[in-house]
Amino acid sequence: MTTVEAANAEARTLERRKPPARYRRRQFLIAVADHSLLIAVSLMFLAPFVFIALTSLMTNQQALSPRLWPEPFQWGNYVDVFRTAPLWRYALNTMLYAGLATVGVLVSSIPVAYALSRLRWRGRDTVFVLVLVALILPFQVTVIPVYVLFAKLHLVGSLWPLILPNFLGDAFSIFLLRQFFLTIPEEYADAARVDGCGEIRILCTVFLRLAKPAIAAVALFEFLFCFNDFFGPLLYTSENADNWTLSLGLAQFRTIYQVEWNLTMAATLILMAPVILLFFLAQRAFVEGVTLTGVKG
Amino acid sequence: MTSAPVAGALPAVVVRDRRRAKRKAAWRRRGLVLLLMSPWLVGFTVFFAYPLVMSAYLSFTHYDLLSAPKWVGTANYRYLFEQDQQVWPAVKNTLWLMVVFVPAQVLCAFGLATMLTRARYGAGVFRTIFYLPALAPTVAATLGFVYLLNPGTGPVNVVLEHLGIPTPLWFDSPQWAKPSLVLLGLWGIGTMMIIFLAALIDVPRHLYESASLDGANAWQRMRWVTLPSISPVILFAVVIGVIDSLQYFTQAYVAAAIASGQAASEGPTSAGYPEDSTLFYPVLLYLQAFSYFNMGYASAMTMLLLVVALTVTVLILRSSRLWVFYAGARR
Repeated sequence: MTTVEAANAEARTLERRKPPARYRRRQFLIAVADHSLLIAVSLMFLAPFVFIALTSLMTNQQALSPRLWPEPFQWGNYVDVFRTAPLWRYALNTMLYAGLATVGVLVSSIPVAYALSRLRWRGRDTVFVLVLVALILPFQVTVIPVYVLFAKLHLVGSLWPLILPNFLGDAFSIFLLRQFFLTIPEEYADAARVDGCGEIRILCTVFLRLAKPAIAAVALFEFLFCFNDFFGPLLYTSENADNWTLSLGLAQFRTIYQVEWNLTMAATLILMAPVILLFFLAQRAFVEGVTLTGVKG
Repeated sequence: MTSAPVAGALPAVVVRDRRRAKRKAAWRRRGLVLLLMSPWLVGFTVFFAYPLVMSAYLSFTHYDLLSAPKWVGTANYRYLFEQDQQVWPAVKNTLWLMVVFVPAQVLCAFGLATMLTRARYGAGVFRTIFYLPALAPTVAATLGFVYLLNPGTGPVNVVLEHLGIPTPLWFDSPQWAKPSLVLLGLWGIGTMMIIFLAALIDVPRHLYESASLDGANAWQRMRWVTLPSISPVILFAVVIGVIDSLQYFTQAYVAAAIASGQAASEGPTSAGYPEDSTLFYPVLLYLQAFSYFNMGYASAMTMLLLVVALTVTVLILRSSRLWVFYAGARR
């Protein structure tokens, strides 16, 4: 009898203990599976970078062979690539385009976003809807008359058709800044008003300081957009190689310059490097900015 | 607002002065709004409203940029809908993007974000790795993929061959060119993933807990808690995806040019390579407008694009009432 009772008691404790153990084992296996999957997918996301980097260090014959590991490592490719095409020239044009466009967007979009979010006036909501419409419609819808306009001004072939429109407001930046301005409590502005601040001074002192993350995000996005832009430079500068940007120049690498794959991959990596560097320097601004676009989307 | 008795007690001159001052202040405020809005007013007029009207006008003309536009009535539209052999393939390719690429993008972004929320270790590192490709400039990423996927000696096919998996011709095959572009697009999914991740983190914990207490399994929690909570973000991702697929140009244009070994600025010969499989509507539009300089005809094409973009966006937003759930607390 006692043995049966003891056995029963043992069974009961076993029963009681079993679920946690099984549960723990299951949780552990799930965690292992989750992380294995994450590692596998990460490798897939990293693989293109790795293969591009490896190819950029190969000799040309090797780049055209099925071998994957460079033998020998030809570091000279990164010097040669600057001799095959005027990369510095392209870089300068890109900086000119991206830099001036970013300045333009900030100077023009901040006041507009302020008026659309913090001032009350008739027609404000209609204007905001128009901003959204301009944001949503494909840019191709307006591209032909704009091209004709710049052609008549004899600006096709230069970088100005790419830069100038940015000084007249950019729908995406206006939208993003407005959304952020709306989250700033009115009390800050009121306090400044009580102290005798005019609206413009409120914008310049209070809002510019409080909206720093949003402004940084807008500047980053605009800069990256210009850095990546291919359609704009293709449309306006393709006839004038002196004004090519990095994106446009790189696209012509294989074709006009007949550059080998190893050098092309070196140039590809050179184009990716500044952006990735920028990301690690300003990671917070990036993630905050991206999140900002999604909030209340 | 000022109580009437006080105003009534004041002499008429003071009241008049006050009114004048108020009116002056109102004018000054209007001037301020006008000043702040002026960049947008000019920009919207010159770079949006005027081009839109001009496009509509040009679509009824024959215009080659050299001589003045010549009125041709609806001839452009008739050619567009009845005769142009390239329009239908281009429309079909763009539709393919909307039907295959956009859902794939949304699913993968959602999947990656879900995986990240489940990571106990190294979530930050994984997030960075998934996000990095989104930063790669479009042209650079496209060039990289054309090389990686080149049929003969590209690393992907080398690896596939080692594993004994059949090796497709990727960008050189009419069947595989679009899937190759999808792979390229999915590699750069990071931005959308971050948006999903932020939404997933915002889903209130207690909803999951009460669902678990009610006996909901993982799938049910996903279906009845996660999806409704993040449905506004799904809507956002779908709208952005559809708008982007209507404008899809750079990747297709560059990939076709590089894969076919032609100069990207040399003209229309390479666009759509192979066999018009990457001839998307914006690519055809570009060719018509800026390679053949059929500006009138291309304007008619932009008008069609305008109508389609508006219709699709309105349809998606309308349908969203049925499946997007806004929590009461949302401002």
